[in-house]
Amino acid sequence: MRNAFIRTLEKLCESNNDVFLLTADLGFRLFDSFRKKYPDRFFNIGIAEPNMIGISAGLALSGKNVYCYSMIPFLIMRCFEQIRLDLCYHNLNVKLVGVGGGLTYGLEGITHHAIEDISIMRSIPNMTVIAPGDPFEVEAITNLSLKYKGTMFIRLGRSDEPYVHSSVPKLEIGKGIRIFNRGSDICLLVTGAMLYKAKVTSELLLRKGFGVTLISLHTVKPLDVILIKDCAKKYKSIFSIEEQSIIGGLGSAVAEVLSEVQYDGLFRRIGLPDKFNRYVGKTEYLHQKYGLIPEKIADNIAKLIKGI
Amino acid sequence: MRKTKNMKSQEIEEFQEVAKKIRREILDMIYRAKAPHIGSSFSIVEILVVLYFKYLKISPNNSQDKNRDRFILSKGHGCPALYAVLAHRGFFNSDILKGFGCNGGTLEEHPTRDLIKGIEISTGSLGHGLSIGTGMAIAAKHDNNPYRVFVLLSDGETEAGFVWEAAMFAAHHKLDNLIAIVDYNKIQALGRIKEVVDLEPYSEKWRSFGWEVKEINGHDFAQLFSVFEDIPFKHGKPSVIIAHTIKGKGISFMEDKLLWHYRCPDKEEHKKALKELK
Repeated sequence: MRNAFIRTLEKLCESNNDVFLLTADLGFRLFDSFRKKYPDRFFNIGIAEPNMIGISAGLALSGKNVYCYSMIPFLIMRCFEQIRLDLCYHNLNVKLVGVGGGLTYGLEGITHHAIEDISIMRSIPNMTVIAPGDPFEVEAITNLSLKYKGTMFIRLGRSDEPYVHSSVPKLEIGKGIRIFNRGSDICLLVTGAMLYKAKVTSELLLRKGFGVTLISLHTVKPLDVILIKDCAKKYKSIFSIEEQSIIGGLGSAVAEVLSEVQYDGLFRRIGLPDKFNRYVGKTEYLHQKYGLIPEKIADNIAKLIKGI
Repeated sequence: MRKTKNMKSQEIEEFQEVAKKIRREILDMIYRAKAPHIGSSFSIVEILVVLYFKYLKISPNNSQDKNRDRFILSKGHGCPALYAVLAHRGFFNSDILKGFGCNGGTLEEHPTRDLIKGIEISTGSLGHGLSIGTGMAIAAKHDNNPYRVFVLLSDGETEAGFVWEAAMFAAHHKLDNLIAIVDYNKIQALGRIKEVVDLEPYSEKWRSFGWEVKEINGHDFAQLFSVFEDIPFKHGKPSVIIAHTIKGKGISFMEDKLLWHYRCPDKEEHKKALKELK
């Protein structure tokens, strides 16, 4: 995902002289080419994220289009107040590009995990929250972000995420996109790098005899409320899937809408528990522990629907 | 030579009159609104008057000019002084000052960005200004734009770590278009700086972070004129002016008193203070 981001941004820079890229000393080798091509628009701020956000505000107030890059906990949790005041209050053109959504950096431990980021960012006025589902969505979102006015948090995984789309999809910020449209028993609403696993889950559920629709909600805020209200009318059961704590993320956002329209179907949030991880292992291992693998998700959904 | 000297002292007298007028305005605003921070507003009056009436390249008629000098009041709580100066400099009508700190007014007790009014950035949470100013200074350098960025900080504010992140970065990138001014009135919200967390040796701190430092009396117009004439103090280095000031300056019973960080004058005190500003 991060490769798709930097590749796309580099291309955008060819025709846009106002793009600046800041990093807080992360992204080893990732920026080599960008740096070489645009040395006066690349700054390694050092391990000083609050300063990076402040500097990005100053640049944006001077008409620049700024991208700040780091691992999510350092990028958004350390500098929450700088983001709230310096960026969002002024609604500045700064895009916060965070890597390591969820348990991406599994073995690195809690310091590097990001299970609360969507909830935190979603709570700030003027903040747009986006978690692209695959490298093609990253490319589409990066392209859209250039002209997008305002502050945005783009949540990435790392690298090696499998492709779900067959080419760069036509996305619109704030609008979900149907990936899979085969029935109305179950609707899966997914955000971020869980997209691929959700797709496999859909196939398993189909095989179990359910009609399934899969929607990528790359934009968690502003939420595609129209689409969710429409889902409430069409589908007997709705499940949100995300690599985030079940508190405050996509699941909560969807629940807010569903409860207000008095959805009478079955709704469950699928995500990470409200706990600090206590296992040691790579992402896949941790996903197994938390049931975030297609077989487990499909089984749980089937059981829930059958009321077992 | 004599003539120049006379002109200079005449100019100083004029500035002293403006400063007095601004102090009266601040006193009334704070009295009406029952607002805090009168001491922190009084300590920066001369600095703001010199900047806005002499050195900042700004124009109330063209407040969004891309080439304007930028001024950031990082110590946002001192904004009554900024509002009063902006009004008297012609950015907005003095009547608007009556809407300070009251229901339905347009001026809060910490400033919100409003370029038409000449307010460059929203501040009030301490520590933010220098990083933002650093970003503006980078943009100016990148665009070969000659504007300068002035950031006025409180002394206590520089206890915040990320002020020094910005200081380190600005020196590393040789941002000589960035000027920090510290209102060193030596009192913070809950006590004397040296009793809370001592900043000394203060100049040495800035110097060791790569800044060119000058110390002045922040209420002495002659010293203020000469220090701003010298900017940048050194080519290739950011400049910092450590302005030794007095909290509550101008009102005998407020000067150098912790109480007047938060206290708002009552009727008697307001009357007494007004008399001193005649």
